[in-house]
Amino acid sequence: MAELHPDNPYAPERFPDSSKKVEFPPEVKKRFEEILTRYPTRQAALLPTLHLAQETWGWISPETVLYVSELLDQAPASVFGVVSFYNMFNQRPVGKYHLQVCTNLSCMLRNAYDIYAHLCSKLGVHPGENTPDGKFTVGEVECLGSCSTAPVVQVNNDYHEDQTIEKMDQLLATLK
Amino acid sequence: MQQIKVLTANVDKPNSASIETYLQGGGYETLKKALGMTPDQIIEEVKNSELRGRGGAGFPTGMKWGFVPKDGKMPVYLLCNADEAEPGTFKDRVIIERDPHLLIEGIIISAYAIRSCPMAYIYIRGEFWYGAQVLLKALAEAREKGFLGKNILGSGFDFDITVHRGGGAYICGEETGLIESVEGKRGQPRVKPPFPAIVGVFGGPTVVNNVETIACVPLIIKHGAEWFKNFGIPKNTGPKLYCISGQIQKPGVYEFPMDINLKELIYEHAGGLFEGRKLKAVIPGGASAPMLTPDEIDIPLTFDALMKAGSMLGSAAIIVIDDSTCIVEAVWRLSKFFAHESCGQCTPCREGTNWLETILWRLENGGGRPQDADLLLDMSDNIGGKSLCALGDAAIGPVMSSVKKFRDEFLYHVEHKSCLPGTRKYRVQELAVVH
Repeated sequence: MAELHPDNPYAPERFPDSSKKVEFPPEVKKRFEEILTRYPTRQAALLPTLHLAQETWGWISPETVLYVSELLDQAPASVFGVVSFYNMFNQRPVGKYHLQVCTNLSCMLRNAYDIYAHLCSKLGVHPGENTPDGKFTVGEVECLGSCSTAPVVQVNNDYHEDQTIEKMDQLLATLK
Repeated sequence: MQQIKVLTANVDKPNSASIETYLQGGGYETLKKALGMTPDQIIEEVKNSELRGRGGAGFPTGMKWGFVPKDGKMPVYLLCNADEAEPGTFKDRVIIERDPHLLIEGIIISAYAIRSCPMAYIYIRGEFWYGAQVLLKALAEAREKGFLGKNILGSGFDFDITVHRGGGAYICGEETGLIESVEGKRGQPRVKPPFPAIVGVFGGPTVVNNVETIACVPLIIKHGAEWFKNFGIPKNTGPKLYCISGQIQKPGVYEFPMDINLKELIYEHAGGLFEGRKLKAVIPGGASAPMLTPDEIDIPLTFDALMKAGSMLGSAAIIVIDDSTCIVEAVWRLSKFFAHESCGQCTPCREGTNWLETILWRLENGGGRPQDADLLLDMSDNIGGKSLCALGDAAIGPVMSSVKKFRDEFLYHVEHKSCLPGTRKYRVQELAVVH
């Protein structure tokens, strides 16, 4: 849940910052145009466009919301409504490696909370916080659909299955 | 009962996701056969096969297709539900990642059968990034071979498929939530009626089918409805993928005809429980299915048998819980899930799921009150059937069943302010900062 934190990019007085105008680079713009051809309405392209934006900038800033709303002829409020509805859209910058531990029942029964607690204490962060060097963010997610290989940790787009604390330590050592 | 390899016939082949492997196994031959049939013949064959939707509700697929108007006034859309977010479910992922062409062939045949369908969307959950890449590659291969696009195989049928990635919301697995999400909105379910078969996505009639359902279609057209009915029992036909996870020796996806016994599946095929543990509870159909106790598991895994036993087959996601687990914590975790995933539209569900979570959390951590068990039942009663979609009903499934079947354990928490001896706590309390 996005609480009102002093650093919250969505705090009312900061929304949006016209000096930080964003725009898709040409090759991303081309992919965006391609997406538009797949749907009968412009609004329907919203989710794929937001995925594209997050791929490009790592998170969805208030400026991105404004930009996307202009691209798709939508009200900024309705774009923000969608951003805040879906879990995957980051409403604040995340680390280079976003570690998301599934703790739903099947993973919990195979000790996912131990891994979660270990990651938080090893990296010295609260859940949802970034490490000071901006490298890692640790979070808890709901079922990732990989219950036979529980517990599973998602690092950015990749699933790391059958995890243990030892395996997690080895993985962390390889993430530069 | 022997394991079968029907839906999963290709998944263990090397390079199983490529079109070459699929074509070598006779792939897309069924599509040619289907395009030589009339749409009505296909729908009739699917109806005769008694195929029931594999997404959870078990609605007859042929009947669902039959509801779509045939006047062709509006474009009809086919949405393939690959949201697969029900905790414990991971069957569709096997098909998507390891046999995507079976799914694609199924979608093309289904779209041809429901008529006037220019485009299908595969709504794949956003977290399945790898699966989406596999599908995109497979779609490009199929387009290149002329199985998709204009005038497919000279039949005059124009059709294409788009992969639509979700954003990580369980509710988008609900069919009208999914429709809203494809339209680029918050995934909040719609009021029914009108049902999607009349007014669905972009205002057109819409069919929403699960991945596994659609994967059955080419098999039915290829071998015929009678062959399909050889698997399982009447009204519960076909090969079925069962997902088994939790505290079990060999978790995974198992394929059986649809009347495998739950006890046999757990003890003979999935290797049984861990050394020295005893069975405590089994969830037979994903997080929303009411729990079964050890003396209730001698039961065939069919839609009807589980319904009769007061539970449901759902997405056939079996979660095994052994005696080292505190049932209150297990149910709390499921309630936390539903509270998180409630879309916020209907008050009973939005507020009620949070209350369930809060009460279970205080019970688990020694703050329980004597009336809590009954309070949970009373609240469940005020959530169930009082929201637009089934999420509210899903949320109370594990709560009501566990309070009824494990009441002593709930009362023990109130009395002793701790879990039963011999059970461990998984979530340490200090972590509850973001809650």
